[in-house]
Amino acid sequence: MSAPQDTKQVILETKDIVKQFPRVLANNDVNITLHEGEILSLLGENGAGKSTLMNVLYGLYTPTSGKILLNGQEVQFNSPKDAIDLGLGMVHQHFMLLDPFTVTENIILGSEPGKRGTIDYKQARREVKEISEKYNLKIDPDAPIETLSVGLQQRVEILKALYRRAKILILDEPTAVLTPQEVDELFEVIRDLRNSGVSVIIITHKLEEVMAISDRVYILRGGEVVGERNTSDTDKTDLANLMVGREVVLTVEKEDKQAGDTPILTIEDLRVLNLKNFPAIDGLSLDVKPGEIVGIAGVDGNGQTELAEALMGLLSVDSGKITHLGDDITHMGTKELIGRSISYVPSDRHRFGLILPMTIGENIMLGYHDRKPYVRGIQLNYKYINSHAEELVEAYDIRTPDVQNPAEKLSGGNQQKVILARELSREPTFLLVSQPTRGLDVGAIEYIHKQILAMRDRNVAILLISLELEEIFALSDRIEVLYEGKIVKEFDPKKTSHKEVGYYMTGGKE
Amino acid sequence: MEAFFTIANTDLLVAMVRLSTPITLAAIGAVICERSGIVNIAMEGIMIVGAFFAAVGALYTGNPWIGLLMGIVAGGIFSLIHAVATVSFHLNHVVSGAVLNILAMGVTRYFMVLFFGHPGTTDPIPNNLGQLRWAIPGLSKIPVIGRMFFDQTPIVYFSFILVIFFAWFMKKTKVGLHIRAAGEHPLALETIGVSVKKMRYLGVFISGLTSGMGGAYLAIENSASFTEGMTNGRGFIALAANISGGWNPIGAFIASLFFGFADALQVRFQVGKVFDIPEEIFIIFPYVATIIAVAGLVRRSRPPKEVGVDFMIEQEGD
Repeated sequence: MSAPQDTKQVILETKDIVKQFPRVLANNDVNITLHEGEILSLLGENGAGKSTLMNVLYGLYTPTSGKILLNGQEVQFNSPKDAIDLGLGMVHQHFMLLDPFTVTENIILGSEPGKRGTIDYKQARREVKEISEKYNLKIDPDAPIETLSVGLQQRVEILKALYRRAKILILDEPTAVLTPQEVDELFEVIRDLRNSGVSVIIITHKLEEVMAISDRVYILRGGEVVGERNTSDTDKTDLANLMVGREVVLTVEKEDKQAGDTPILTIEDLRVLNLKNFPAIDGLSLDVKPGEIVGIAGVDGNGQTELAEALMGLLSVDSGKITHLGDDITHMGTKELIGRSISYVPSDRHRFGLILPMTIGENIMLGYHDRKPYVRGIQLNYKYINSHAEELVEAYDIRTPDVQNPAEKLSGGNQQKVILARELSREPTFLLVSQPTRGLDVGAIEYIHKQILAMRDRNVAILLISLELEEIFALSDRIEVLYEGKIVKEFDPKKTSHKEVGYYMTGGKE
Repeated sequence: MEAFFTIANTDLLVAMVRLSTPITLAAIGAVICERSGIVNIAMEGIMIVGAFFAAVGALYTGNPWIGLLMGIVAGGIFSLIHAVATVSFHLNHVVSGAVLNILAMGVTRYFMVLFFGHPGTTDPIPNNLGQLRWAIPGLSKIPVIGRMFFDQTPIVYFSFILVIFFAWFMKKTKVGLHIRAAGEHPLALETIGVSVKKMRYLGVFISGLTSGMGGAYLAIENSASFTEGMTNGRGFIALAANISGGWNPIGAFIASLFFGFADALQVRFQVGKVFDIPEEIFIIFPYVATIIAVAGLVRRSRPPKEVGVDFMIEQEGD
């Protein structure tokens, strides 16, 4: 795939970009070049400085020092407007779209056609149609954004950049929220764009993505460029090692294991209404046996949240039955459930997993804060809380100088380790893990996967909910596809493919 | 029951429109302001400042139009304090608004004593806008509707024009779209090169101008003097009208009419002694109506997503 870059013209270049935040040096002497008609990846872990660099290029941040050259000319971006005017377009990881507004309104925002301050909606619609036909990106110009799938929303973002005549398109973590089919479509679109003369920069921490789509890649770590490769001359292991700065195992080895016979947890014909009184889980049945990991695969919004919350007593069950170790727990409260060897790693660690301003010790105590030995009389027993936390910090390799540090001071990976330490150390019989590695780096993912597999080896029944198919495949002994609140298909991970599972995830039928 | 029909007549509807005007004016401002992303509970205070300076202008120059202009400008200037506090200094919107309401009460009392030598109520304003009844030829002859909408005083007409203007402005102009975007997803606006800060300043300023006008209406058109505290919670009711009206000028106008109706009814019940209960009970009418309207309607309409949320661009890390 690698094109002979040297013969192509350099379109964008950064020279010694430094970006110093009050407490963090996010970019340190970063030099990259982008050639015309090239797909370039910037690979790095969270906090490596990739997004900062792109926000500098896009005029959102002002660099502390350094230069940006566009077509050999030094340019200065004081606001995104300057960058847009010079042909840069950016598709942010979190879409910059106004949900209740139409596709047309979103695309033209800030560059509206029309005279004397008014908007000519007719002309706007026509222009949107033209551009979507020119680049073969079909879209309904009148649809409100909130009615579109995530893949189509991303398409609107790309059109937004093209509408502003972008010659350089920056995509920030573009596949983070897409289904496998949508990823393929996106790659197709990106290749088409390159062929029509647009240069593309992809910011990512996913190795597959780099290998699948880019011509060349820069690897960033700790705010610095630590390597540059032509994609054709490298492989995933090489990139992962550069990215993390040590040898990493990409897919944790999983041994075959015979699951027990009697299920620990059984769900029968479960129905759960969401906050809008709509059945988000509608007739779901499932069981989890000891020593088995059951992976729930599905596109976000098909009932994952409601399933987890109903299991943990956070959302009431409308009908159906949940049994744990032979007891009916359908209508049990969360506190009771925690007390009966059920552990839960929630998907949103900031909202549900931790209380960020509280210390690591206090966070580890949470849920057991009303019982001995965490309390003595009416007082919390801080001596025990802290010594217990210290043991777990050691055992789970949580990187912190002190257990009395607030949880918010930890990196995402270490925050997740705090939750794991709390939940796994309580010796669960049933473990519910939802999105355990969301937003985490390769190194942290490796660790967390190992821990989950270790629980399986200790005969814990594990229900894994994840939006990442990679993760579902890496860990599960059985894959259940969740679509519109029902299990629509069961797979043995060894006998299926991402494609096949993805097909059922998006409502495909046999 | 017979007494009831003595008050349920065209006069009641005319009074409804008249009493809703100050609420409508502030409510349009609230729509624009909240759409831009800033919560403005300071409108109560802005109205009282507008009312005071309108009275001062009308009394000192003898020209009520200059009074009106002073009321509007004073409201605009006073609202800028809210804009500076919330947009530039990232202060919590409710805290800033609460402080400004208290400041407004203090400022008007201070100037009252300074200008007129006593607190309370000013002298009557000899030339006021209440004296100008503009009957629109033809239209004012339509039964009921004619007297309600086409035989009114100047600021009442201005409020109609402003409702239509801002409904058009928000939907059809670039700045209108930008203001809506600033309250919905400010970063989206900033990343395509439009300043969120400017849009939010503009939103607050517009609400200051219209609230100032609403205050002026109270002092120099609906009555002919300024009294401390004469806004009587209308700035807050306007916020409720904005919410019940679904953050949209036309909806806010309709909701304001409803609150105006409750107010008109209250006055008539009090004066007419329709029921044999203490008349003070009826004073709570408009406020109860507000609670019911907001509780009943609020769930159906959707607020701008980022209203009340501070916007700051340069953040640390990735």
